[in-house]
Amino acid sequence: MEIKELLTSKLKENLPGIQFTTVEYRGEISLILNKKDIVKFCRFLKEDSDLAFNFCEDVTAIDWARRNQRYTVVYHIFSMKNKFRLRLKCDVEEDDCNIDSISSVWKTADWEERETYDMYGIHFNNHPDLRRMFMPEEFEFYPLRKDFPLMGIPGSLPLPKK
Amino acid sequence: MGLEAKLNQDSFITTTIDAIAAWARKNSVWPMPMGISCCAIEMMAVGDPKYDIARFGSEVMRFTPRQCDLMIVAGTVTYKMAHVVKKIYDQMPEPKWVIAMGACTSSGGMYRSYNVVQGIDQFLPVDVYLAGCPPRPDNLLNALIMIQDKIGKTKVREFQDQPLTEYPVHNKN
Repeated sequence: MEIKELLTSKLKENLPGIQFTTVEYRGEISLILNKKDIVKFCRFLKEDSDLAFNFCEDVTAIDWARRNQRYTVVYHIFSMKNKFRLRLKCDVEEDDCNIDSISSVWKTADWEERETYDMYGIHFNNHPDLRRMFMPEEFEFYPLRKDFPLMGIPGSLPLPKK
Repeated sequence: MGLEAKLNQDSFITTTIDAIAAWARKNSVWPMPMGISCCAIEMMAVGDPKYDIARFGSEVMRFTPRQCDLMIVAGTVTYKMAHVVKKIYDQMPEPKWVIAMGACTSSGGMYRSYNVVQGIDQFLPVDVYLAGCPPRPDNLLNALIMIQDKIGKTKVREFQDQPLTEYPVHNKN
């Protein structure tokens, strides 16, 4: 059976309560789902022996610079068994800027989520160590947000005295 | 060969302290290789036999700032790294000089962005700015020669009354 059909039927069969939409573009599949289901969904994708998505390649986000559903958190996962790559997307509101951490499913997601937190300010609930990755600890802004100026906020990053 | 050939009897030369100190200093500049990114590759090439920085008496790259008197800042300095560079500079004994090697170090270069310091002269006293992205090894040698010229013109007295640098001590507790 083709992996795409297997994926859809497996998900429908095993996770009946979870709503998701499938978008296919140039042979790449994206699943768009509600953020409250993400951990359960990921755990199934990883632990099912036929699908076996055993590698979380990347966690990142998109800032759409709009009032509703401002951010989208994007997960790229890969199945070494099927040599198949899948994309998961969850919308996150600006007022309720958090999503459950999937670092309990894939350990590599730990640092990837830290990076996303550092750049977009999206909080990952139940993350073991949610600190900044690149920017200094005391930095107050999130550089990859669309309202952050390219040259930064003057005075926000202190320099040593001459 | 050289000076020994002239010294066939007991002889002496007369000079000034300034001249002999400057001559000694400028021909034994010990660099602190502050290699932060790609410019460091060209800085390493300067040490190889083709370019051979040993011809200028500067082959002694010390990886501790306490034994250095020239800091070659080779690479992109981010705001986070600036504190590290400054801390290492502070630990170098006086007198000391700084080369800003490459476009990034001199002006931020192509990184016109929130995270890169737009020129290290915002927190360090730079003596020679070196153009190039990265500069060729012979260009770095040229910068070293310019530093040597600058050191050759110094007087010992200039460094006499300078206060001792407070070395930052890292306290683990």
